[in-house]
Amino acid sequence: MKEETLSNITIDPNKLTSEINDHDTRIIDVRSKSDYLQHHIPNSVNLPLSKILSNDSPNHLLTLIQSFGIDDTTHVVVYDNTFGALASRLTWSLSYIGHDNVSLLDVTYDKWQSLGYETNSKIVDFEIKKHKLNINNSILSTINYLEQKINDNKTVIVDNRERLNFLEHHIPNAINIPYKMFASQNKILKNPKELKQIFENRNIKEQDEIITYCGSSGTLSGLAYNALKSIGFKNIKLYVRSFKEWRQQNKKVEKQNNANYWDLSAE
Amino acid sequence: MQNQLDSINPSETNNWARIEESAHFSKMLKLYRQNKLGSDSFRRFRLQHGAYGTRMTDDYAMVRIKIPAGEIHPNQLIKIAQLCDSFSIGSAHVSTRQNIQLHWVVLEDVPEIMAELAKVGLTTREACGNTIRNIMCSPLSGVCTNEMFDSTPYALALAKFLLRNPLNQNLPRKFKFNFTCCEQHGMARIVDVGLVPIINKSEQNTQQGFKVFLGGGLGNKSYVGHQLEEFTPIEDLLYTSIAVIKIFDRLGNRKNLARNRMRYLVHELGWDEFKKLILKERAIIRVTQSIITNITVNHHKHIQNIPKFNQNTNLDSLAYTRWLKTNTIKQKQQNYYSVFLTLEAGDITSDQLRHLANICEEFSGERLIRNGFSQDVVIRWVHQDHLQMLYSKLISVGLSNPGAMTIASPIGCSGTTSCNLALTNSHRLAKEIQRKLLTLKIDQDDDLKDATIKISGCPNSCGQHEIATIGFYGGGGRSGKNMYPIYQMSLGGRSDDDAMLGVNCLRIPAKKVIDTILKIISIFKKDKKPDDDLKSWINKIVNEKNDTNIRSISDLKKLLLPFTKVPDKTESSDFYYDYGSFDSYHTRTGKGECAA
Ligand code: SF4
Repeated sequence: MKEETLSNITIDPNKLTSEINDHDTRIIDVRSKSDYLQHHIPNSVNLPLSKILSNDSPNHLLTLIQSFGIDDTTHVVVYDNTFGALASRLTWSLSYIGHDNVSLLDVTYDKWQSLGYETNSKIVDFEIKKHKLNINNSILSTINYLEQKINDNKTVIVDNRERLNFLEHHIPNAINIPYKMFASQNKILKNPKELKQIFENRNIKEQDEIITYCGSSGTLSGLAYNALKSIGFKNIKLYVRSFKEWRQQNKKVEKQNNANYWDLSAE
Repeated sequence: MQNQLDSINPSETNNWARIEESAHFSKMLKLYRQNKLGSDSFRRFRLQHGAYGTRMTDDYAMVRIKIPAGEIHPNQLIKIAQLCDSFSIGSAHVSTRQNIQLHWVVLEDVPEIMAELAKVGLTTREACGNTIRNIMCSPLSGVCTNEMFDSTPYALALAKFLLRNPLNQNLPRKFKFNFTCCEQHGMARIVDVGLVPIINKSEQNTQQGFKVFLGGGLGNKSYVGHQLEEFTPIEDLLYTSIAVIKIFDRLGNRKNLARNRMRYLVHELGWDEFKKLILKERAIIRVTQSIITNITVNHHKHIQNIPKFNQNTNLDSLAYTRWLKTNTIKQKQQNYYSVFLTLEAGDITSDQLRHLANICEEFSGERLIRNGFSQDVVIRWVHQDHLQMLYSKLISVGLSNPGAMTIASPIGCSGTTSCNLALTNSHRLAKEIQRKLLTLKIDQDDDLKDATIKISGCPNSCGQHEIATIGFYGGGGRSGKNMYPIYQMSLGGRSDDDAMLGVNCLRIPAKKVIDTILKIISIFKKDKKPDDDLKSWINKIVNEKNDTNIRSISDLKKLLLPFTKVPDKTESSDFYYDYGSFDSYHTRTGKGECAA
């Protein structure tokens, strides 16, 4: 059982190729429309992430996926060309509205191409299907929820932005695991053993509650969400509005004081 | 990228790593976090393994990657780029001692970094702490037109011999070796052990060996090294090195942190006494330890032939000529050049590291780069027909700044960007000076070329200010209730065969440093005789040998005095902020681990 859930988080190009013509599988490309129109994975549909970010009501997403012919049992596979972060954000949203049968393609679109897997520019249509709405609030952190948890030592708040951004300011008591720590040389996520090491080194345990956040829209932290899921963490929440909202609402922030770290950066 | 990582044959590369050290570090860190290992013991251990503390925090470390003789291979550059992105700040830092440093690393990630480095044969072992630090070698060794022979293989062999050697695990203090190519390029006289390769010709034979200088060094108190003997033959290199290390280990001051470098021992015993001890020790070692102390010197070097490029480049020829003049140097091998890349105060982005790896594969006959002595990197064995092409590549990746090997590439230590002891942002100041001098095209002025500017963020000299023509170290100034960043300026320092330490001149507020430098240049221009360059002119002044209007430091001081004026805070608030900061300045330091 455990093995099954673990392997479901990502899918490799070989396996996906075998499912491309499968009616029970739907592939979603979250890149921009123009990228998609040029070429894409065969039989994939296009849902640019910006569409979700500009209107993230559950019903909006529900209507969209129904129009792609996705019902409650469809296996949805999502890919992007941004190291898995945009795709991750969509897989989280799908889980949030109650669709758990969803995987990330474990390579980026560029990699898919460079490995010689098939692409084309055909646009496909699917018959509309019905999908239930079944909101899963246990994977969402709102600003109020997070605020209560700041001083709770059973909750680990993880900031997935880059190190310099984190040093400059972050949510109090958050720790920093930059999103770039999750990728391996060729895949969007390291293997479970390597991922586990990152959390083990920081003494973070499977039973801990984790809240991930990033700069503004839960993409980088969406990747972290999936990374944690892939190694069996059960209690993970995404603070989907992330640091942008936190700042806008003038919540307390912490910073690394008395050091000019930005001047060390070569950019 | 994959191909490149695989393309290096490990037998070609020196493997400095020990894979098990990562797991060991991880174990020790856990014990420390569980309070089963005291913070002092852990600190010693951590430093022994190349992880420094970071400014004002225990959660972060600076990881120093040791690059013996500065030699670094393309696959290693790519690995370091990955590590910068994952675990650090997206940039790496090339130090003045040829190391590469990753800053603001979460302490818990250090074992991961060590494990990754081991995959490409790199280590952080003995990069900090009371050990023998990275063994330096002139970036021009092997190609320098003045050198007698290439000291690189000896530097590498000695590094191999000493790394993890029990001799070197608990010295009174850190200990440094520098090999040079010739008297001009290198820093043999301001280091614990400095070695200049020479050839001794007698009627019967010619013999390779070194001039060995002992007990030099920069710091709160600085000394110029003494030459041990006329000529130290190659066969004695190791015996001499061991003798010096042993004497220092036995007699060095372990109590007084401020006086425990070897130079103090030399000073306290007196040079003659110290020298006697070394020679005696060496004689003993020679007879007792001859078997176990062989070093393996590898002279084999393969230079690949690079096919001629037939693309045409469309270059701004003025900019190219400017770069050619300051950033390239003819090698002793016909048709080949060494190309210096200036980095701003040593910082380089992860992307630039990746590009550098490609460029190195494409252009360098030896397929490696060498870190220099001035926070720079050097691509050697570039065929002259390829220089244009190389330049246009460098432009496209933002590594084409002119002014290497000139006054326009100042050195700045890390200062308040990460160092616990820093009082000022010396790092940023160096960048600001560089930008200004390049805008003014000062790098093109032959009269200024040999002069240097070096900046430390506190009196500890990691920025080597004392050997600069114009040097600065940071401190805090006070005006009533308000503080402002200020630098002690020193003039006339040099590290060549006339090595001397700079003479203190005025204390210059941080925001006036650039104006002061420009003023010194303009005074020089007015005062100089036709043969003078800035370096020689300042040297004459500090030694009171100038016979023009400016005869001494005090003459110069009079003209520079206006820059020391402190404006009221209401009139000029910027004056009270350090570079890179919009908060009122105050000095804050943490516990020092001497981030040299
Ligand atoms: S200790 Fe060294 S690195 Fe730190 S500020 Fe002083 S001179 Fe610079």
